[in-house]
Amino acid sequence: MTLMIDTGNYIAAKAAIMAKPDVVAAYPITPQTTLVEGIANYVKTGEFKGEYICVESEHSAMCACIGASAAGVRTFTGTSSHGLLLMHEMLHWAALARLPVVMCNINRVVGPGWNIWPDENDSISQRDTGWIQFYCSSNQEIFDTIIQAFKLAENEKVLLPVMISYNAFILSHTSMPVEIPDQKEIDDFLRKRKSKWKLDINNPITFGNIILPADYEKIRKDMQNSSENAKKLIPEIAKEWKKKFGRYHGDLIERYKCENAEYILLAMGAIGAESKVSIDNLRKEGLKVGLARVRTFRPFPKEDILKLGKQADLIVIDRNISVGSEGALFSEVKASLYDKSDTKVYGFIAGLGGKDVTYNDIEIICKKAIKGKVKDCEWYGLEGV
Amino acid sequence: MAIKDLPDTECVLPGSAACPGCPATMGLRIVFKALGKNTIMVVPACCTAVIESLHPHTSFDIPVMNIAFEAAAAGASGVEAALRQQGKEDTTVVAWAGDGGTYDIGIQALSGALERQTNFIYICYNNQIYSNTGIQRSGATPYGAWTTTTVGGKTEFRKEMGEIIQAHHIPYSAQTCVSYPEDLYNKLKKAKGIKGPKYIEIMAPCPPGWRFPMEKTVEMGTMAVETGAWALYEVENDKMTFNGKSKLILEKKIERKPIEEWIKYQGRFRHLFKPEKDVKRLKAIEEHTDQMWDRYRRCYL
Repeated sequence: MTLMIDTGNYIAAKAAIMAKPDVVAAYPITPQTTLVEGIANYVKTGEFKGEYICVESEHSAMCACIGASAAGVRTFTGTSSHGLLLMHEMLHWAALARLPVVMCNINRVVGPGWNIWPDENDSISQRDTGWIQFYCSSNQEIFDTIIQAFKLAENEKVLLPVMISYNAFILSHTSMPVEIPDQKEIDDFLRKRKSKWKLDINNPITFGNIILPADYEKIRKDMQNSSENAKKLIPEIAKEWKKKFGRYHGDLIERYKCENAEYILLAMGAIGAESKVSIDNLRKEGLKVGLARVRTFRPFPKEDILKLGKQADLIVIDRNISVGSEGALFSEVKASLYDKSDTKVYGFIAGLGGKDVTYNDIEIICKKAIKGKVKDCEWYGLEGV
Repeated sequence: MAIKDLPDTECVLPGSAACPGCPATMGLRIVFKALGKNTIMVVPACCTAVIESLHPHTSFDIPVMNIAFEAAAAGASGVEAALRQQGKEDTTVVAWAGDGGTYDIGIQALSGALERQTNFIYICYNNQIYSNTGIQRSGATPYGAWTTTTVGGKTEFRKEMGEIIQAHHIPYSAQTCVSYPEDLYNKLKKAKGIKGPKYIEIMAPCPPGWRFPMEKTVEMGTMAVETGAWALYEVENDKMTFNGKSKLILEKKIERKPIEEWIKYQGRFRHLFKPEKDVKRLKAIEEHTDQMWDRYRRCYL
């Protein structure tokens, strides 16, 4: 084990090459650039021995990953914002083709106007593509999740691609100390990919040709079943990681001071990390508030949320907006409780366009909810309103 | 190589869902005869996705990966990289796309793959239309041709894809036609033996798309070459060689036949002949063809 102090992107690059992908295909976009540059440096030093395809667009990046993954090897890519949106068609393709591609997405605002700060609308708008979605809150979690993601994606009971999202700059460009296991330990944890099927001249199969409705429906149901399998596997893999490396970031959600909590705050990504400071402060003030940081938006931890909802009122912060509706996490949380719990759910939109959401802001949000004076899905700190 | 000497290899199995007289199926048979079974094919949205027939069946006896419309070259890049990592560099990776997937929506990914020196053969079977979607115009549709989106006849001339490909200075590119199976076979064989990106374009006259009887596919291809509407050539490391009748036309050893002789048999050009002859547009077509050949002569003679 060594300690590496570096930014989220360089940590992600390190994790990616330690997972030993055979093919990386990527295209640069701010704020993901240092991730692909990091991998390029590992090509130069010889630490990365796989193929590095510098494609001409994010769409082609995902296509190349799809081709390589279908040929049976481990693949990785990274993108952000508009890059992710350009990939959209192929995100569906990778998932429906059941290819375990692993990808980092650095959550960034979608234009116009041009804005490179954090916002989760890019990945939230990909939620129905069939990808497993993790949201990270520290560079250590980025490292650990990337390695675990390959193990999860490539498991025969899952075979779904995994997206690991983390906030632009707050994590992508901020240095933190990260414990890096030895390569041998990683190799023991994550074995070489064994594909159940692949493009193989000795077993010529046609993938993705015309399919009639009844068979197509089965494929969709199988994806759904696999996503449910992932729900069971994510905690198992996290436990195995904890046992081996001593670190644990939660399973589908990370619970922080939820014991005896009368209010539980739900948030994702960097706001989830910031919230821990707020929870400590609120607890000092005698307010019984806990945090459930949602780590996987897909599969959605609805059973866990229902348990939380039976214990406490819920406060949800979304760094995204489904225009015409409300924050995406807010919607999903309420749906998880529907008809099973009468608990109150307070929704807040905060930090869009990369606006800072400090622990102080989160405390104000919680107190507002505790007072019960909240409109349905309130925009926190909206200037001029 | 005479047709009778072509290998017996058949990778297009009975039960394909192609239309009768389909040029793509003819081309595919020759492709597999030339490349053999140690081949992986990447197919974007195009007629071939139908020709493969219905899941869980297939009419192909080699591994095939279907991919999105604009994605053939990029998908093939991934397959090729993965094979190299597995020490299977002897497997030929082929992207097989239509003219829509090549000239239009797939040109970016194609250009990228060529520039990256991807070791694969990109084959465009060019039937001058989006045929799988039901005969819409593409960048390869010739001037004056009716399609469902150029109802009065296309008002623009087609792209010169061959020249766009040549601007990438790849080791090998060629134009051929399904009506000349030996030419197609030889070009594929040559491409297979060259490392790096190879591009082969096959003229593929489409009976329902061009509106001619299904038994006339070969004839329509031959006429395309003899009228100079299509040229057979190959480019090896920037050295261009014209083949067959195209060579004779280039060297002015024979006159190219009037394009009219080719298009008058195609329903897609009927409005240029009925109710009365559209002299102006027919003249424009001939002039444009002459300009193309003049350019070829200037550059390559």
